[in-house]
Amino acid sequence: MSEHASRGRAWCYGDNVDTDVIIPARYLTTSDPAELGPHALEDLDPSFSGSVEPGDVVVAGANFGCGSSREHAPLALKGAGVSAVVAESFARIFFRNAINTGLSVASCPEAVAATDAGDVLEVDPARGLVRNVTKGLTFAADPLPPFVLDIVAAGGLVGWVRQRTGAA
Amino acid sequence: MTRQTLTQKILAAHAGRDHVAMGEIVMCKVDLAMANDVTAPAAIAAFDKMGTGTVWDRSKVALVASHFAPAKDIASAGMLTAMRRFAAEQDVEHFFDVGRGGIEHILLPEEALALPGKLIIGADSHSCTYGALGCFSTGVGSTDLAAVWALGEIWLRVPESMQIVYRGRPGPWVVGKDLILHVIARIGDDGARYMAMEHTGPALAHVSMESRLTLTNMAIEAGAKSGIIEPDDVTLDYVAARQADTGRYASFDVMKADPGADYARVVDVDVSALEPMVAKPSLPSRAVPVSQVERRRVDQVFIGSCTNARIEDLRMAAHVLGDHSLAPHVRLMVIPATQRVWRQANAEGLLDRFAAAGATVSTPTCGACLGGHMGVLGPGEVCMSTSNRNYVGRMGHPTAEVYLANPAVAMATAVAGEIVHPSEVRAETLQEPVLV
Repeated sequence: MSEHASRGRAWCYGDNVDTDVIIPARYLTTSDPAELGPHALEDLDPSFSGSVEPGDVVVAGANFGCGSSREHAPLALKGAGVSAVVAESFARIFFRNAINTGLSVASCPEAVAATDAGDVLEVDPARGLVRNVTKGLTFAADPLPPFVLDIVAAGGLVGWVRQRTGAA
Repeated sequence: MTRQTLTQKILAAHAGRDHVAMGEIVMCKVDLAMANDVTAPAAIAAFDKMGTGTVWDRSKVALVASHFAPAKDIASAGMLTAMRRFAAEQDVEHFFDVGRGGIEHILLPEEALALPGKLIIGADSHSCTYGALGCFSTGVGSTDLAAVWALGEIWLRVPESMQIVYRGRPGPWVVGKDLILHVIARIGDDGARYMAMEHTGPALAHVSMESRLTLTNMAIEAGAKSGIIEPDDVTLDYVAARQADTGRYASFDVMKADPGADYARVVDVDVSALEPMVAKPSLPSRAVPVSQVERRRVDQVFIGSCTNARIEDLRMAAHVLGDHSLAPHVRLMVIPATQRVWRQANAEGLLDRFAAAGATVSTPTCGACLGGHMGVLGPGEVCMSTSNRNYVGRMGHPTAEVYLANPAVAMATAVAGEIVHPSEVRAETLQEPVLV
């Protein structure tokens, strides 16, 4: 695992976790992660925000982040302390938003299938690895295209644009 | 030369290429970049950090006050103010404030800003709607939109296309909403994930432009990147009328898919066999024919949203209402999509007919659809809605339940007080084109 790997306990959910349950519209009057974080996932799992710890990893089924384009969804997860999301698959707008705002994402059905809530995971998107520390298993995630890895390396899309325009 | 889908050809044209391959990542020039009052403030914050100072082309930026507009509270007023200030500072050409616009996805086609062959990026997931005009159009988040403001281009992965072929003639009360709910029920909530949904087939000749916009609007509910329909006479007549009405005569390109282009999947739909569809809580893919839905008692009916709040939708609802009253326990919210739709419905006497029956008729806003304001649902309430999403908590309390259907089913349900087929309330159907 590289120095940029995330590490934390797994919170496990099912398919089609949509952005309305990740952060309901009633909280969209701010885009401050610190204000959004305490409400992350509250309509899906009221126990989440009170117990999540910095570095924890959300593990979910297919089509994670479907629905609304609200960038508040990855920001809310980041604000709650989540370091990465590992899912069987991602909805495309959420995936872009996560990359753009610096939330680690990994598509890895095998890791999802092998993970139980509370397992300790390490996620290294740059190397495409997901490690279940508790069970001693390592999985290869779907590789990110080199173009997308450049955005990850820039810390997100703001940094990438600044590099491109020479503002950085 | 490899044969290309319509989506490939539009992306290639905007990447300065003759050909693009499915799966490759290309940089594309953007013809129109749209944001609304919920997504613009975060985009402005990101844009300020990007360091270019000014947007790449003020004539290609649209900002629309739609979601929490008119302002629902002090915080949302601040978001609207931030967007107004940015529009003034950047001299944004297409800024639609409260009372001058409405819901962006119905507004931009009305304003002749969404045109065939264009590449449109919107900071709202339902930006896929514009594809009904034969353009490539997709939704992104705020930071992506800010990068478009800064650079005038965007990276896109060239999507595979799913071709949906409609045959036959739609029966009574069957409109675009029913076609797309049927398709989503068949392919699933992520059945077209990362793909372009290309709607085609002889039945589309019988589907109005307004219904086509509903078809492409809900591409995102199948996980698609975009929805698209090749321009035909229906499209060109619509564009000509919108250009004449607005005086906005931009040039555009009518592009077509190459015969024999490669499709990842082909879905065949016999529209003659369809009846109006109802999506049960809490996923759009849980759509079934209305005759197979239990006669559930509802608390609220919502006729509105970027999916079904055009004049044709309101005429259909008014036709079903006729001289009926609403069921005493039902609250009906009717929210015309834009100022233009509102005025047209008013001129035709539709708004008064709704109000006389006991409906609440509101100024245009997205509010109710996303549980923002104007009809938020309380614990355990049941709602029939013409909108596009019935997720847990979407329209309010997480224990509220939302059903999705077309405006005829919605109004019939408001009259009966429980979910029913429109023919139970109104024997005579509408002829095409839809007239009251």
